[in-house]
Amino acid sequence: MNHAAPVIPIAPIAARAPIWDQLVRPEHVHGSLYTDPAIFQEELRKIWYRTWVYVGHESEVPKANDFVMKSIGPEPIIMTRDRENKINLLHNRCPHRGNRVCMSEKGSARSFTCPYHGWTFANDGQLKGYPFPSGYEGADRSELGLGRVARVASYKGFVFGSFADEGPTLLEHLGAAKDSIDLLCLNSPEGEVEITAGFLKHKVKSNWKFLVENETDGYHPSFVHASIFEVAQSGIGSLYSSDSTAVSRYMGNGHSENDLRPEFRKRDIPMSWFNTTAERLPAYVASMNTTYGIDKAREIMIDGTPHTMIFPNLFIAEIQLFVIQPLALNETVQHVTALQFKGAPDLNRRMRQQTMGSVGPAGFLLADDAEMYERTQLGVQASNPEWLFLGRGIHRERTDENGHLIGDATDETPSRGIWRHYRSMMEAA
Amino acid sequence: MQQEVNDRGLLEEVTQFIYREARLQDDHAYDEWEALWSDDGIYWIPANGEGTDPENEMSIVYDNRSRIALRIRQFHTGKRFSQTPRSRLRRIVSNIEILERDGDQIRATSNAMVFESSVRGDTVWASRNEYRLRRGEGGLLMALKKVVLVNNETALYSMAFLI
Ligand code: FES
Ligand SMILES: [Fe+2]
Repeated sequence: MNHAAPVIPIAPIAARAPIWDQLVRPEHVHGSLYTDPAIFQEELRKIWYRTWVYVGHESEVPKANDFVMKSIGPEPIIMTRDRENKINLLHNRCPHRGNRVCMSEKGSARSFTCPYHGWTFANDGQLKGYPFPSGYEGADRSELGLGRVARVASYKGFVFGSFADEGPTLLEHLGAAKDSIDLLCLNSPEGEVEITAGFLKHKVKSNWKFLVENETDGYHPSFVHASIFEVAQSGIGSLYSSDSTAVSRYMGNGHSENDLRPEFRKRDIPMSWFNTTAERLPAYVASMNTTYGIDKAREIMIDGTPHTMIFPNLFIAEIQLFVIQPLALNETVQHVTALQFKGAPDLNRRMRQQTMGSVGPAGFLLADDAEMYERTQLGVQASNPEWLFLGRGIHRERTDENGHLIGDATDETPSRGIWRHYRSMMEAA
Repeated sequence: MQQEVNDRGLLEEVTQFIYREARLQDDHAYDEWEALWSDDGIYWIPANGEGTDPENEMSIVYDNRSRIALRIRQFHTGKRFSQTPRSRLRRIVSNIEILERDGDQIRATSNAMVFESSVRGDTVWASRNEYRLRRGEGGLLMALKKVVLVNNETALYSMAFLI
């Protein structure tokens, strides 16, 4: 219509650095933290491209030369196992003109050849060669390999990457969350988890932090999941009520959990954490007894697996593994799969079935969580009130024997902790 | 014994069945839709391609008959928030073909394009659908409905309605 609109020069707005302690307060966070594009860019830089981010599991590349496409935030990453069985995290970007060198989700390859001009890279990232080498006299080949994620480390098969050359080690970053991974692996008769069932990729129009906070929000299940609790006999509802003896915990470094063990211990029934009984999983129970002895196995099978959010993107949810991937300010993908325990085919089958029922775009549970993420995102775009209130349970917050903050099952202790850690990361230079 | 699939009368019957199923889904007529299933019905929406091994690989939906019933009961609570308010839906089903007929068993295929309007916004879903139909006393029943979404290799928004 108005093709000839005059160009009105706009004076540049002075770049205003966010003042973090004015956006993140002990009991409140400001709505713009979920809606400001500049904050999202800064989060990529200060969180996603700096801290340890979960990338994948070693069992996804079981053999030498296997690879699988992964990501760190919006950045595409290829996870490879090279000839020497070493795990590499490579940027999926040709150092020549920037093309993608790998376009398949997973497979086996000794090398990747860029389709644009034929440069070839070994699966550890090194440049193997380029066609017509006569034009490249004097070029330093060692500098023309695929970009490598600066630091790669794994813990019990869980592979993490950090774009920062320096910083805390993976174990320092995991801190107390390491115990959650240990506890998870303990539930396997062979002490190991495998990721072999493939992922569902569930996209939501929401900021990534709504997902992180929700994973250990023990306040919402009774309401958001009322529909499925009403029609299926899942024991989950009572775990997250105001009578529950379960606790919410902030473990430091942004990690949080709902510790449901007090409730399971009260029930004192092996496998009740999985809403089943030992009789229905005879092979699993037998292997657990063989591995750990009857008493220890019984203890493990009463306690069950953890419900832990490892900041910023790995959520271990009893029987599932979630990987949170921010794509944009208000676009996030949850990659979800069933956890599988080595040497437990009968349990694994049930974990796959229950996972398929509960998560993903049509899941009995997750579709409703996703609805909440999307509606909160719409909500914070409205202007009044500007602040979100996170004060639930602050007056009854206490410290456990390990010095971690705990609250009641439905308290917002995890969210407050996550935000405190967030603030410290964002305040760093 | 495979029989002639080039039977206009049967094609018409299958087409009318599939149209009716589409209308019941669009109208959220959950009980009538559930009544279209045989006792051993499987409702399958694979993820990541055609779906080769639903017992071992994650699917978006892999419901046996009792889980189909659970899904319907969940809708009926009125607290299935991903469908409260309900998505407004209208779909076009086309390219219906009978691929195989073996006595009372019929294998048919169709294409579908679903327009969804929800709180999130408008979304278009496209799929190839595969049916195994069986003749029951009151007419045809679904023993299998497999919905292969064209974009099931990518990240998908919630789709908690009947597709
Ligand atoms: S862009 Fe990869 S070889 Fe040129
Ligand atoms: Fe939830």
